[in-house]
Amino acid sequence: MQWETVIGLEIHAQLATHSKIFSGASTAYGAEPNTQACLVSLGYPGVLPVLNREVVVMAARFGMAIGANVSQRSVFARKNYFYPDLPKGYQISQLELPIVEGGHIDIVLEDGTEKRINLTRAHLEEDAGKSMHENMEGQTGIDLNRAGTPLLEIVSEPELSSAKEAVAYMRRIHQLVRYIGISDGNMQEGSFRCDANVSVRPVAQAELGTRAELKNLNSFRFIEKAINLEVERQIELIEDGGKVVQETRLYDSDRDETRSMRSKEEANDYRYFPDPDLLPVVLDDEFLQAARESLPELPQAKAQRFMSEYSLKAADVELLTAARATADYFEAVTAEIDDPKMAANWVSGELSAALNRDNLEIEVSKIDAASLAGLLKRIQDNTISGKIAKDVFAAMWEEGGDADSIIDSKGLKQITDTGALETIVDQVIADNPDQVEQFRAGKEKVLGFLVGQIMKASQGKANPGQVNQILRTKLST
Amino acid sequence: MALSKQEIEYIAHLARLEIDQGEIPDYEAKLGKIIDFINDLEHADTADLLPMAHPLAMNQRLRADEVTETDERDYLQANASKISGGLYVVPRVIE
Amino acid sequence: MTRQRQTIAELSRLFQSGAVSSRELTEASLKRIAEHDSELNSFINVTQEEARVAADTADKLLASGKAGPLTGVPMAHKDIFCTRNITTTCGSRMLENFVSPYDATVVARLAEAGMVSVGKTNMDEFAMGSSNETSYFGAVKNPWDQERSPGGSSGGSAAAVAAGLVPMATGTDTGGSVRQPAALCGITGFKPTYGRISRFGMIAYASSLDQAGVLGLTAEDVALVMQAIAGFDARDSTCSAEPVPDYVAGLEASVSGKTIGVPKEYFEAGLDAGYAEAVHSALDVYQQMGADIREVSLPNLSLAVPAYYVVSPAEASSNLSRFDGIRFGHRAEGMTDLESLYKLTRKEGFGDEVKRRIMTGTYVLSAGYYDAYYLKAQKVRQLISNDMARCFEDVDILAGPTTPTPAFRIGEKVDDPIQMYLNDIYTVSVNLAGLPGVSIPCGLVDGLPAGLQLVGPHFAEQNVLNFAHLFQKETDWHLRVPGEGVS
Repeated sequence: MQWETVIGLEIHAQLATHSKIFSGASTAYGAEPNTQACLVSLGYPGVLPVLNREVVVMAARFGMAIGANVSQRSVFARKNYFYPDLPKGYQISQLELPIVEGGHIDIVLEDGTEKRINLTRAHLEEDAGKSMHENMEGQTGIDLNRAGTPLLEIVSEPELSSAKEAVAYMRRIHQLVRYIGISDGNMQEGSFRCDANVSVRPVAQAELGTRAELKNLNSFRFIEKAINLEVERQIELIEDGGKVVQETRLYDSDRDETRSMRSKEEANDYRYFPDPDLLPVVLDDEFLQAARESLPELPQAKAQRFMSEYSLKAADVELLTAARATADYFEAVTAEIDDPKMAANWVSGELSAALNRDNLEIEVSKIDAASLAGLLKRIQDNTISGKIAKDVFAAMWEEGGDADSIIDSKGLKQITDTGALETIVDQVIADNPDQVEQFRAGKEKVLGFLVGQIMKASQGKANPGQVNQILRTKLST
Repeated sequence: MALSKQEIEYIAHLARLEIDQGEIPDYEAKLGKIIDFINDLEHADTADLLPMAHPLAMNQRLRADEVTETDERDYLQANASKISGGLYVVPRVIE
Repeated sequence: MTRQRQTIAELSRLFQSGAVSSRELTEASLKRIAEHDSELNSFINVTQEEARVAADTADKLLASGKAGPLTGVPMAHKDIFCTRNITTTCGSRMLENFVSPYDATVVARLAEAGMVSVGKTNMDEFAMGSSNETSYFGAVKNPWDQERSPGGSSGGSAAAVAAGLVPMATGTDTGGSVRQPAALCGITGFKPTYGRISRFGMIAYASSLDQAGVLGLTAEDVALVMQAIAGFDARDSTCSAEPVPDYVAGLEASVSGKTIGVPKEYFEAGLDAGYAEAVHSALDVYQQMGADIREVSLPNLSLAVPAYYVVSPAEASSNLSRFDGIRFGHRAEGMTDLESLYKLTRKEGFGDEVKRRIMTGTYVLSAGYYDAYYLKAQKVRQLISNDMARCFEDVDILAGPTTPTPAFRIGEKVDDPIQMYLNDIYTVSVNLAGLPGVSIPCGLVDGLPAGLQLVGPHFAEQNVLNFAHLFQKETDWHLRVPGEGVS
């Protein structure tokens, strides 16, 4: 039988605010346990939630970026259940009136075609704390620093039909939330994670199969693996005459399997109701206008513009626009040197390689855009050659400092004085009579060898164009 | 309308309340009366009405995104019965 | 006892003139508590040392010319208001040893105004009750007759004020919990508009209904206290930013030509005949002042209590989920699995009425019942609110009895939740609609106080207090004090 896979994703993106969604506690990652758990985070008796403006702005910005409807009236509800990492015994979330409804994202499939994935909704909610089991002597320790951190839960329609598509979709969302500055997308720290609803059905069957929910997938690689494993499991199960049960499953990356979570014996009965401590969030036109104006240029629009404005090829643009910081860096360099092609080559060449090697984000690059532009200007004005520039780049990367001082201190300045160059050329001609002979006999290729010898003799500082010209003149006489 | 023993046990579980078997008759009697009493609501004609969640027609106020809270962990944990290394301790949670 | 009961206004005058120090006023209050409260049980915790420190501070304030109209006067807080470094029990075993790390806004504002809190008053557990019998710390006695209940849930505050232990105490009113005990104890009890006073630091029972209130001897005292505690608070999203008017200045306005609406349903079956007579006599007083009395109708009154007993337990069931033994409050000993920790902690920590309401609230929100109960009740809430709003198109204020009967006997209704709930028949609509209301003494029925309830439209606090004050200028019911029973 031919099977078809149906996947819907629920992505949780932690919003990049300074303070929590309903209190003034810090959201900084990595603090000592419970040192960022204020009275509201701890659910103390008598304390009340007050909504963070920035969280609403960010959600609105996301809605606008995906062409969704940003609700002018949304409502917070309580989702009631007991769990030690949930201090109040309820999570403040949105159910009936979420802040974002609809919208879509276009993904690129392996064959290069585009596929539009529709979103159901995106809603605001608070994150829970963390349970720690290590060194607890068989008990569990609760850290509530993360409790109350703002989350945007982004829910797709069940329109993804393979693990690859799911990953492509998630990458797009990941790129987007970082682009519009609403999440740092840090998957190691749990700022960006997803649950996947996976089901299979015979091709041409209209109704959906029973789905299993894969919980807390926190890397692109795991998502792909977990979904593929789950699809295989379901198909095998059905083909062996079994039935898929609706349940929550956990992906175990060590054993490379998904397994049923020891689910609560009762069906979840969350008893949602509107949170009486919070009032309807009503966004007026002015608020929405401001949010729209705060929206940066989106990745696809930026790629289009780079191609037309800078005459760059699609392949170059892809890397330059993958992250907003990279695009900004590129534009800052090209604005200085007025040579998009050169800027693009260096950003996607030397710079990317160095960042990858040191595992750094471009935001914390050891060479900033102005410094790189400073280096490239020295190529443009013939102070150094492109080859020397790479050495200067390496020195700037390792030791710091600007291009000019490194060129100075290392004496890398190109030799452009014709007299000095002629001396070196004469010497090389004298040292290589055979090659000179060959050239004169019509073997053009030998010229490269001679230029190489001259460059070597000048320790690379000779201006290659100038060397070429002088050499040809001398050899033709 | 009476609540069955099973319903009472289910609700008590949802609410995480331990109920002794001996207490069940009292819950049956009293909750039954309360349910009968609130069943009167079904006679109300509310066809054109929207549910009212708040007495005032106010909208949510938004606060600035500023960190205003400081670390008071030790002071706040004085109210907790069981603490270890700054963590609140509970019996092992199995996932 | 008569001599002992003095208003804030009177005490403040004595204090400001230098005739008496705050320390002396405070010691007098502490002495009366020591003498009478072993019988009344109106306090859960008397904070002598803190009170003395606050009194000395007040005396210094006066000396440096910085005393305001409330400075130096003793008072007490219902034990539902969080008080920093002082146990805040909410009448529950769950919070028997809970030391609040912060002050409620109401507590902070009154401290700022220089008032001296002498302790925390007894209350129904988590404010769930109309008789003060659900307190983990024992029932409170009504100073008028110690066999009887002072009402609830702010029963400790009402009894303490009625007995002259303090001139004023704070309370909270979710379905009548300030007005009903005020009526049963013969004092003035005021609940402002929902959102007029911050709920920050007030342990939540039903968040969309809870509102802080004032129990005192006169409308004038209430106005003085309201001036200090009303107004915007950034820490409560539901707190209104509406400007706070000068409540004291509004007290003397004439009510001549104003219209009082009297809901005819308030006088139908269930109202004690003597009580009805007292209310009618009170209305006559207003008529003599030139007010126009008009009959109005609240056709859905009978639905108010059922709607209230869906909405309030639903919110309560969720609000009380935070009491799980982990971060604060009671924790069951020796539990080795999480489920048992939760269930035993909550079994041991909560009393019967609280559990009943948690169960009811969980039931009405649970899958399959939400629409029939919770959603329906929210619509009925709108219906009742609309009825009241319609009345205010024609009248300035609504008047009627606060309760169906005077104080009932302790133990009389405790086994019948519905009988107990029906005690709130006249008061709950006001909470459902979020309106300001006051109960003032308007007569004695068989030697027990009866209360007149006055209700205004949203934010008409000034109007309500004005009506109450003028009545108290014309009558002396508010000056009647409990008889031999206590003094």
